[in-house]
Amino acid sequence: MLSVHEITTAYQGLVAVSAVSIEVAKGEIVCVAGANGAGKSTLLKSIAGAERPRYGAVTFDGSRIDGMAQHMITARGIAYVPENRRLFPRLSVHDNLRLGSYLYRSQPDRNEPLALVFKLFPRLSERLEQRAETLSGGEQQMLAIGRALMTRPRLLMLDEPSQGIMPKLVDEIFAAVKRIRDAGMTVLIVEQRMAECLEIADRAYILQTGRVLMQGSAADIKTNPDVRKAYLGL
Amino acid sequence: MPLTAETIIQSLASGLLMGLLYGLIAVGLALIFGLMDVVNFAHGEFLMIAMYATFFLFAFFAIDPLLSAPLVAAALFVFGAVVYLLIVRFAVRAKANAGMVQIFSTFGLAIVMRGLAQFFFTPDYRSVTHSWLGGKTVSIAGVFLPVPQLVGALVAIAAFGALYFFINRTDFGRALEATREDAGAVALVGIDKNRVFALGWGLGAALVGLSGAIMAMFFYIYPDVGASFALIAYVTVALGGFGSVFGAFAGGIIVGLVEATTALILPPSLKSVGIYAVYLLVVFVRPRGLFGSM
Repeated sequence: MLSVHEITTAYQGLVAVSAVSIEVAKGEIVCVAGANGAGKSTLLKSIAGAERPRYGAVTFDGSRIDGMAQHMITARGIAYVPENRRLFPRLSVHDNLRLGSYLYRSQPDRNEPLALVFKLFPRLSERLEQRAETLSGGEQQMLAIGRALMTRPRLLMLDEPSQGIMPKLVDEIFAAVKRIRDAGMTVLIVEQRMAECLEIADRAYILQTGRVLMQGSAADIKTNPDVRKAYLGL
Repeated sequence: MPLTAETIIQSLASGLLMGLLYGLIAVGLALIFGLMDVVNFAHGEFLMIAMYATFFLFAFFAIDPLLSAPLVAAALFVFGAVVYLLIVRFAVRAKANAGMVQIFSTFGLAIVMRGLAQFFFTPDYRSVTHSWLGGKTVSIAGVFLPVPQLVGALVAIAAFGALYFFINRTDFGRALEATREDAGAVALVGIDKNRVFALGWGLGAALVGLSGAIMAMFFYIYPDVGASFALIAYVTVALGGFGSVFGAFAGGIIVGLVEATTALILPPSLKSVGIYAVYLLVVFVRPRGLFGSM
């Protein structure tokens, strides 16, 4: 479904991602793990169109998307939830969600994903009229994922969804990611919390200083002795 | 003029009408500023070309300003969008000194527009004579009101109502609000921010176009006509709260009433003093303006 072929992206003159290739197949949950500064966020930005890769190609469902404007990539079916969420802080929860379906005109296209969002995150439906900025960190993350789902994506990309969130909500969000996949979507998730991420992922990549250090099934990576020592603290 | 109850009511009534028009002139400025933090220093020149367009449609095709107003608004819509796409879009991307580049790009545009108007339209004062409403007055409960200003005030109220509905009830209005919140984030939901900015400039210019068509019914038209009204528009926007559309409406009414009251008390040549005094007061006491949230 998504094929990233040897992309190199420089960020303010520094090469953040260097000749990275990843593949995501339809229906998978793929986890990209690695320490701070490994290039995980830049990788997602390069796919989403927020940064332009200097070399390499990004192919989504058979067509090249690198170099396309970011809003066009969203319209193609890739929803991206950035690290800082980028909600519209002074707009209501409801307005944030409705903006997610801006591309759609028909009622079913607008209401079906809304029903899914409320099923995944019931607490959002209790806070519809609240401004987004008044939500807790975890609720804001839920809203950001919800807004992304409203665009009816085929591929959902999450950048550090666990960041700045209390542990109980982290579990809730990871559980929601599994249910999103069960609803027919593909998920590419970038995380520092590798253990939780490997728990739900089918496959994983480990990035280190802008390069792919290791890749494989989540089960293999979880049991790899080097990974256990370096990343999982076991 | 003796200060009687009648003269006071008379002044306040015409001040209110003028104030609603000031609000309509200013709202495009507030809209664009709120959307992208850019002050359009050519706002007065937008008004000037709208007035000339009204004049020429009247002089050559005998189209009354009342009928040409929607045409002029539509033409200004296109003009505003083109100004964004050809000038402002690049100015806001300036690598260094973006603030200064923005100021001088629209300021430069203002000077160019005035220069071209001087050249093509000559500095002569023009006016739309014998329009349907021009020079007519109506008496309401003993208060005499000039009909063009009265109709202009009603148009302003209708335009504000339509704008309120548009911003709060339509998808594009919501996209406009989202873009003013975080222009960098709208691509996440598939919105092209450049399109929103272009339409925002178009809408802002269309509103000043509408004002220009109305002003042409009772005001002289010359290349520098925009300057004094633009100054009032900047005060109106600052008074109401930068970027607030509702603030521009309220600010316009306040400016109109203060101007009328000043004219009652002070000699006519000092009629602007009151507005600027109120403006300075607001700047000192409440710098974000009366209805601003920043």
